[in-house]
Amino acid sequence: MGATLLQKVWDLHTVRRLPTGQTQLLIGLHLVHEVTSPQAFDMLRLRGQRVAFPDRTFATVDHIVPTDGQLRPFADDMAEQMMAALERNCREFGIPLFGLDSGDQGIVHVIGPELGLTQPGMTIACGDSHTSTHGAFGAVAFGIGTSQVRDVLASQCLAMDALKVRRIHVGGALQPGVYAKDVILAIIRSLGVQGGVGFAYEYAGPVVERMTMDARMTLCNMSIEGGARVGYVNPDETTLAYLKARRFAPPGEAFDRAARWWRSIASDADAIYDDEVRIDGSGLRPMVTWGINPGQSAAVDERVPGPADVPDGDRAAVTDALAYMGLEAGARIAGTKVDVAFIGSCTNGRLSDLQEAARVVRGRRVARHVRGLVVPGSRQVREAAEREGLHDVFREAGFEWRQAGCSMCLAMNPDRLEGRELCASSSNRNFKGRQGSPTGRTLLMSPAMVAAAAVAGEVVDVRRLLTGDGA
Amino acid sequence: MTITGTAVALRGEDIDTDRIMPARFLRAVSFDGLEAHVFEDDRRAGAAAGTSHPFDDPARAGARILLVNRNFGCGSSREHAPQALARWGIKAIVGESFAEIFFSNATALGVPCVSVAPEAAAALMELADRDPAGAVTVDLDRMAVRSGPLEAACAMPGAARNAFLSGTWDATALLTADFAAVREAAARLPYLSGFATGRA
Repeated sequence: MGATLLQKVWDLHTVRRLPTGQTQLLIGLHLVHEVTSPQAFDMLRLRGQRVAFPDRTFATVDHIVPTDGQLRPFADDMAEQMMAALERNCREFGIPLFGLDSGDQGIVHVIGPELGLTQPGMTIACGDSHTSTHGAFGAVAFGIGTSQVRDVLASQCLAMDALKVRRIHVGGALQPGVYAKDVILAIIRSLGVQGGVGFAYEYAGPVVERMTMDARMTLCNMSIEGGARVGYVNPDETTLAYLKARRFAPPGEAFDRAARWWRSIASDADAIYDDEVRIDGSGLRPMVTWGINPGQSAAVDERVPGPADVPDGDRAAVTDALAYMGLEAGARIAGTKVDVAFIGSCTNGRLSDLQEAARVVRGRRVARHVRGLVVPGSRQVREAAEREGLHDVFREAGFEWRQAGCSMCLAMNPDRLEGRELCASSSNRNFKGRQGSPTGRTLLMSPAMVAAAAVAGEVVDVRRLLTGDGA
Repeated sequence: MTITGTAVALRGEDIDTDRIMPARFLRAVSFDGLEAHVFEDDRRAGAAAGTSHPFDDPARAGARILLVNRNFGCGSSREHAPQALARWGIKAIVGESFAEIFFSNATALGVPCVSVAPEAAAALMELADRDPAGAVTVDLDRMAVRSGPLEAACAMPGAARNAFLSGTWDATALLTADFAAVREAAARLPYLSGFATGRA
């Protein structure tokens, strides 16, 4: 009987069974950022402990950095304090920091893969729920809280409960204008925002096999929005090609040895799953959220549901969501007027995301009433985009072209919504107040759909704008 | 292990950690003072709409047990959310279900999250609404929640329950107890030696 990747990686990293019944799991790569780590380092100091594996710990700064100018000290004194604390902690505990002066700074889930730190078969932890992103490489990667950051710093281990595995098979082929973002939004709509609790999601099938690494990262990134702390794709030739010659990937012959091991870690053909779900990728359309959690979404040509359209237990939630969003049951989601367009985040701030958005924007103008923001996920993404002239495409269309950071995804930096502004956003959460205004509203969609909404001034089917551009 | 105290009922599905602790309050290098901002935006919105938030009800100011519905604590992994609840005074959370990272974070702080059936959650909330001074007991030995005449069975993953019963919810000591075993496990992993040998 075969094993899943999750089982193989779990067994390889098991240190011992704890008296509580949990597994003591070794963490192969620990990523650290400025928001969830300062208290963990303080606890370590208080207990007189050192970082157990400083050479398996890497830090960067992303959540709090301003994106319209990154000169120090930051105008926000609290942000400056957090930045200074991270610098001090990294110095004191011997942890490499990809800071603002490094050329490699960026969103932690963008730079880990980009630098080749993220590799198949690893266990990866970070004090951030979107750590599931790294599962795109066939790693078992998950978000943790600050006390667990302390645990990993002190021991390079976590006390973990075993996970079940649900295989999500996406068959067929995606239509032009339909992206990984639409796939994951459709999956979450179908399985629910809590459906993945206790599971790792294994994404498989022809649609996933044909996806680029960027697309797989988008897919795995939002696993947590479906309740699954872990999401992964089995490593294949696409994974290996991405990793080759990355800075922290094994060089030369070591890469060939690594590749053999990486292939061996993939789920066996006869692996047994705790659950299996099949989705038809060919039938998927561009998705847009209409509510206040990522499961509340519709295809762009569908109507906003009402309380009467859902089971009894969900009626109150739908009523609450529509009231907050100011949307009417039965209205078309297309045509919803937008105030802000945000392209970026750990979900969709990579080069291919910017390329797809630029394809829509080229030769068009952002609608007069829309504030458009393009925020590359990392400095490397920014430079690569500029080498292709994408910054000019966006600027000429009326977008702001910003520095790398988490930006308007989460409102810990100066980029945020004002009042009841409605934002077409390529980010991952449409929670109440998520983008910084307690009454601000978020519609999640693919970067291409955000670009389309920016130029139309309202939600529009991006496929209409893509036809005839030679795509 | 039992926790007894008055309760505060907070109704709603999928209450995410952004709502429990809005992101702007995460701009800090410590958890001090977070309790002042717990549910801040929801509380302000409630006040503006004339519907007082349960955390603003003076009769609930000393509550130790938080009653919630489904998928409480979803979204961001920010420990600031359970930290704020604990610092506000919450010692245990009873709900239909919890998001996974929130559950881990609360456990690491010594705040047990136990699950009850939807009907039990509704009944416990009703009792708490009716009698703000009524004591609720979360009993981890017998896995039951008691409130006045009501006794409801509750559930929690075995390992977390063991951690509470043995007082080992702060895992650092357990995880650093056998460092030789950690080194041994690390030595088995080809990527930690740069794939230096052909053993893979």
